[in-house]
Amino acid sequence: MTKIKSLNDLRKLRDQLQSSIELRENAESPDAVVQVKVGMATSGIASGAREVFNFFAEVLPKREVKAIVTQTGDMGYKYAEPIIMVTLPGKSPVVFGKVDIPKADEIIEKYIKHGELVDGIVPESYKTI
Amino acid sequence: MTKINQHILTCGGTGCRASESKILAARLKEELKNFDLDQNVKVVESGCFGFCEKGPIVKLLPDNTFYTQVKPKDAKEIVEEHVLKGRKISRLLYKDPTTNETIDESKSMGFYKKQIRIATRNCGFIDPENIGEYVARNGYEALGKTVFELKPDDIINTIKASGLRGRGGGGFPTGLKWELTAKSESEKKYVVCNADEGDPGAFMDRSILEGDPHSVLEAMAICGYAIGADEGLIYIRAEYPLAIERLKIAIKQAEEVGLIGDNILGSDFSFNIKLKYGAGAFVCGEETALIHSMEGFRGEPTLKPPFPAERGYFDKPTNVNNVETLANIAAIINKGAEWYSSIGTEKSKGTKVFALAGKINNVGLIEVPMGTTLREVIFDIGGGIKDGKKFKAVQTGGPSGGCLTEEHLDTHIDFDNLLAIGSMMGSGGMIVMDEDDCMVSVAKFYLEFTVEESCGKCAPCRIGNKRLLEILEKISNGKGTRDDLFLLRNMSEVIKDSSLCGLGQTSPNPVLSTLDNFWDEFVEHVDDNKCRAGQCKSMLKYVISEDDCVGCTACFRVCPTGAITGSKKEVHIINQDLCIKCGACMDKCHFESIELIA
Ligand SMILES: Cc1cc2nc3c(=O)[nH]c(=O)nc-3n(C[C@H](O)[C@H](O)[C@H](O)COP(=O)(O)O)c2cc1C
Ligand code: SF4
Ligand code: SF4
Ligand code: FES
Repeated sequence: MTKIKSLNDLRKLRDQLQSSIELRENAESPDAVVQVKVGMATSGIASGAREVFNFFAEVLPKREVKAIVTQTGDMGYKYAEPIIMVTLPGKSPVVFGKVDIPKADEIIEKYIKHGELVDGIVPESYKTI
Repeated sequence: MTKINQHILTCGGTGCRASESKILAARLKEELKNFDLDQNVKVVESGCFGFCEKGPIVKLLPDNTFYTQVKPKDAKEIVEEHVLKGRKISRLLYKDPTTNETIDESKSMGFYKKQIRIATRNCGFIDPENIGEYVARNGYEALGKTVFELKPDDIINTIKASGLRGRGGGGFPTGLKWELTAKSESEKKYVVCNADEGDPGAFMDRSILEGDPHSVLEAMAICGYAIGADEGLIYIRAEYPLAIERLKIAIKQAEEVGLIGDNILGSDFSFNIKLKYGAGAFVCGEETALIHSMEGFRGEPTLKPPFPAERGYFDKPTNVNNVETLANIAAIINKGAEWYSSIGTEKSKGTKVFALAGKINNVGLIEVPMGTTLREVIFDIGGGIKDGKKFKAVQTGGPSGGCLTEEHLDTHIDFDNLLAIGSMMGSGGMIVMDEDDCMVSVAKFYLEFTVEESCGKCAPCRIGNKRLLEILEKISNGKGTRDDLFLLRNMSEVIKDSSLCGLGQTSPNPVLSTLDNFWDEFVEHVDDNKCRAGQCKSMLKYVISEDDCVGCTACFRVCPTGAITGSKKEVHIINQDLCIKCGACMDKCHFESIELIA
């Protein structure tokens, strides 16, 4: 690192560095941010869950959505994999099935950003994961 | 895609390192590579999580999974099962000691629920060897504000208004101390950080230095600006190699980017920090002794006044503060005096870090708001007494403090409340005792420590404490009398009144508080030759049970004093007058027919 020459430079540097620990900061207060859980059972992975997980993990911070993206074991809806569960702050969790990259994109833009529901919700009274 | 989406924090504190956490971290990195995940998952070695007893600790984020007692060989399973497939490994999860349920989020652990972390805000959260992570957590913002936006008086007033009091034991108001040093006229002044930490069992200062060294450096520079000093010294015991190493790295990194050193952040304020090593004598934590030791003289206390604030290191005005005191400073400057003083009790603001130890389920380091009760600390955070035993006493304040009982459990912990019930805040050691602990032995333990550590300068401390210890030994050997109990009290008062420094002035406290709170137990020792906890060896008897003894003669043959009589196939008998209680017979007997009774 080079010398920091003013308070302003220090603050700029701080803002840049914040991304390196943002994931930890968000995890401090999980209920205040968007939580996305991606089902990662073996069959989920086979059907592309890992790509979906990576997509959320990479794209959400870029689009300035404070979020925690985690993976979880089998969610119990094998027919609809890959499965994700999204919890907006203060809302009940919603489960989406057959999520591919375009669907993930739509979920972010419509549901996560604006709270609009999109197709693909797994309607059963899901069990919490 | 190469985006970090998970962090694995491994504890790099002294406790966890002792159980191979460093190898574990390396193994995790290897396994991540094997599974092609090293671009997605970052392994960070942090400072102490406070949960050292159950270490090594590993925390996975963002899902806050808290694994305890993780071994290097668990690395593969963590990567394969948890990181790759999202399945938590239940055998590594923390089990609640009271309900026996596994808890998979650190947020729901009783241990963490009641804690508020200010001084330890970054411990177990950032990589202490990476200044970038400290800066990302708003680090050095307070120093920047100080240097560019605040006047020395503003800082002093803020610290005064915050109500912060010294965490080194005395509880002296920090802002007032800074003001006194600021007012002392001199070209040269010093800021000293007291990292001697001599109390047996205490490790809060070490953990802060290992887990968040920059918080201390930043505070020292702020103090320097406020009092008009350009040089800081950290007095640290040589037995803290990891803390020393982390401090050295931190100073180097801060100097490289211009946050410590000449012309901080391009301003005309300069502040340099050096380390000074102590040999680990308890009395060298006393500020005048500490200063003499740094000057190269014997570490012996001298009379105050003059206070270090007037005449300290090489006779220059010197501000001495404890590590934990300093770790609060940047937070106060950033968040304001009002925020800080909203936490705590009327006369003790903020939080206090305690090292919980003894017969308690969750041994470790905690930070709680002042005013938390002893009961909450011991039962809610500490998880209660080990093995379902009964709580007997809690010792606070180390060798200067006292033993408190059941009836004190609802006391709200702060400087004044603990003093009022005959103990002390001290530096924050807290040792919990159960029914198996003998209070005469406890008093003896602390006195053995002070006798060992007295510098010998004054007679009451040097000779008086030795005499106290001899009387305690006499009592636990079953030779004490009622008169001895009164002698103990009298001598204690004299030593307190006539010693020069805080060591002697407080050394009889463990004796006095045990006499006050456990009088019956002392009386039992002297009147009935009985130790109800079964710890005073001389009061125990080895006896052979008539029903179980088969007369094998094994004990007879092993007894060094010929105390055992009896012939083959007959019940053996121990002559109590000859028995020296070595226990050899009990070890030898295959039929468990020898018992130890109180
Ligand atoms: C025998 C004795 C040992 C002490 N040991 C320490 C110590 O290890 N660390 C410490 O910070 N203060 C220790 N103190 C208190 C210091 O003298 C001093 O009050 C303190 O460092 C001031 O800092 P504070 O105002 O921030 O607490 C000790 C005092 C006595 C009498
Ligand atoms: S009270 Fe004890 S430790 Fe303190 S100066 Fe006197 S002899 Fe030394
Ligand atoms: S305790 Fe030792 S001295 Fe006493 S009877 Fe047993 S072997 Fe002999
Ligand atoms: S050293 Fe690892 S938790 Fe304290």
